[in-house]
Amino acid sequence: MKNVPISYPTFFIILPLLIILNSALTAQPEVTPIDSAAALIPRNITAKDFKYDRGETIELNWKPADRVNQEMLDGYEVYRAEESSDSFVSIGFTGPDVTRFKDNGVVSEKRYRYRVAAIVGDVPYLSEATPPASPTMELVNFNLANLFIIGCLIAGAVTYFIGHARRGKKLFIRKIAGLEAIDEAIGRATEMGRPILFVPGINDMDDVQTIAGITLLGRVAKVVADYDIKINMPVSRSIVMTTARETIKEAYMGAGRPDAYNDDMVRYITDEQFGYVAAVDGIMVREKPATCFYLGAFYAESLILAETGNSIGAIQIAGTAQPAQLPFFVAACDYTLIGEELFAASAYLSNEPKQLGSLKGQDVGKLLAMVVIIVGVVAATISQSWNIAFFTRLYDLMIKLFTVQN
Amino acid sequence: MRREIPLLITAIVGIFFVLQYFIPHPPFNRLNGWFSDWFSIIGACAIWLGALNLIRISADKIYRKRSDWGFSVVIILSFLLIVVIGFKEGRDFRNPGSGFDWLYNFIYTPLSATMFALLAFFVASASYRAFRARNLEASLLLVAAFLVMLGRVPVGDAIGVSLGLPETNISKVAVWIMNTINTAGQRAILIGIALGVVSTSLRIILGIERSYLGSE
Repeated sequence: MKNVPISYPTFFIILPLLIILNSALTAQPEVTPIDSAAALIPRNITAKDFKYDRGETIELNWKPADRVNQEMLDGYEVYRAEESSDSFVSIGFTGPDVTRFKDNGVVSEKRYRYRVAAIVGDVPYLSEATPPASPTMELVNFNLANLFIIGCLIAGAVTYFIGHARRGKKLFIRKIAGLEAIDEAIGRATEMGRPILFVPGINDMDDVQTIAGITLLGRVAKVVADYDIKINMPVSRSIVMTTARETIKEAYMGAGRPDAYNDDMVRYITDEQFGYVAAVDGIMVREKPATCFYLGAFYAESLILAETGNSIGAIQIAGTAQPAQLPFFVAACDYTLIGEELFAASAYLSNEPKQLGSLKGQDVGKLLAMVVIIVGVVAATISQSWNIAFFTRLYDLMIKLFTVQN
Repeated sequence: MRREIPLLITAIVGIFFVLQYFIPHPPFNRLNGWFSDWFSIIGACAIWLGALNLIRISADKIYRKRSDWGFSVVIILSFLLIVVIGFKEGRDFRNPGSGFDWLYNFIYTPLSATMFALLAFFVASASYRAFRARNLEASLLLVAAFLVMLGRVPVGDAIGVSLGLPETNISKVAVWIMNTINTAGQRAILIGIALGVVSTSLRIILGIERSYLGSE
C-alpha cells in the first residue's frame, strides 16, 4: 500500500470535489456571457438629426460596453421603425469598436425610433427604443462657414482690385514669358506659311481648364485672323467643337474678316484618349504646323503630343493645371504656363484694367496662403517641440479653420 | 442682346452653382444633379454632331482626292464597321464574345496600348534634353532625378550598401525628395491653381471675361 499515492477514502472525497470543480470550471463560460451580455446592451442611445445636410440623415450615438465585455462582441446591429409602428427593421451593422451610425435611408419630416442590439454569436441583446427623431433640412450648411469666409475674402480682394483698376490706378503685373511669346509664335507661322495647331486638351466644357483654353483661343484666333494664316484645331469633345467654332467665328468677325472663317478649322476626332492622340500626332507629322498650342486639361498624352511637336521643330506653348503633366510640358515645350498662369493668360493678354485687377486680387489670396502656411508651420513646430499651450491652441485653431467638414 | 443673354445666363447659373454648395435646401441641393443630367443629354446629342463632322470632313477629303486621302478611307470604314456591328448586336453589344467586344479587345485595346507605350520612348528623349547639366537648376534636377530613379529600384540600395551606406538609405532619400521637396512644390502649384480657378470663375460670372464669346 506504500506505493499507492493516495488512500481510497481520500480518493472518494477528492473525486466528487474534482467533479464539482470541473463542472464549475466548464460551466463558467456558459454562465458568464449571459451575465455579461446584460451589460453589453448599448446604453444612452441618442438619435438626432444630422446637422447641415439635406434632411436625409439621422445620427445615432451610444455608450459602449466596458472593455472586457466588448471583446465578446461581434458588433452592433441597428434597427429602425417609424414612430407609429412597432416593427423594427434592421438597417445596418457596425463593428464592436464603433458606437456611431448614420442612417441615410430616412425621409425628411418623418419621425423614426431606433433600437441598437449588441450581437454576441447570433444572439442580439436589444436596447430600449429611442424617443422619435426626424431629419430636417437646414437653410445653410454652417459646417462650410470657414470655406465661405475664405472664399469671400478672396472674392472681395478680386472685386476690390477690379474696382481699383477701373478707377485708373496703375497695377504692376509681372511678365509671363509664355504669353509674351504668343504673337511671336504666330508671326513665325505667318513667315513660314505653315498652319497653327491648337489643342484644347481632352476634357469637356465642364472643366475650367478647357474654358481657360477656349478663352485663350479667342485671343489667338483674333491674331490669326489679322495675320491671315490657317488654324487647325482637332478636338476630342463635340461640345468643345461647337464652342470653339463659335469662338473662332466671333474672333474672325471681330477682326473684320468673316469671309476667311471656315467651319473645318475645328474638327472632331474622337472621344477616346489615345485615338485622339494618334490622330493629332498624324496631323502634326503630315502638316508640320509652325506653332503648337496645348492649352487645357491633359493627361498621359501630354508628352506624346509635346515630343512629336518638338520633333517637327514647332514652337510650342503649353499650359495646364494638371501638376503631374507640367514637368513633361516644361521638358518638351518652349514655353509653359504653369497652373495659375493658364487662368491668368486671358486677363494678361487683354491688358484691360478690370481684368488685370482680378489678377491682383488673386495675389492677395496668395499672400493670405503664405501667411497662413508660415503661422501654421511655426505653431506646429513649437507645439510639437516644446509643447507650449498657446501654440498648441493656435495649431488646433488653424487645423479647425482650414479643414472642410462635409 | 446676342451677347447680353449668354452673359446673363452664365452669371445666373454661376451664382446658383456657388450657392448650391453652401445651401443643402431645395431646390439648390438638386441643381448639381439636374445640370449634370442636362450636360449628359446635351453631350449625347452633340456626339452626333462630332461623328457627322468626322464623316463629312473625311468624305470630302476622299472626294477631292486631297493628300493622304487613304487615311480618310480607313476612318470611314472603321467608323461604319463599329457602328454597324454595335447597332446589329443591340443591347448585348458589350457582352463577352460579341463582335463589338472582339473589335474592342483585339483591335482598339492593342492600338491604344501601342500609343501609350510610345510614352516610354518619349520620356527617354525628353529626359535626355531636360537632364543636361547646363546650369545650376538643371544640375540640381539631374541629381534629384538620378537619386529618385536609383531609389525606386532594388539595385539602388545595393549600390548604397556597396558604398558603405546603411541599407535602404538611397530609397529613403528618394522617398524624402518625393514626399518633401516634390510635394511642397506641387502644393504651391495647387494653391495657385485654386486661386486661379476662383479668379477666372469670378471674371466669367461678373461678365468681365468675355473672350470665350469670341471678343471683348
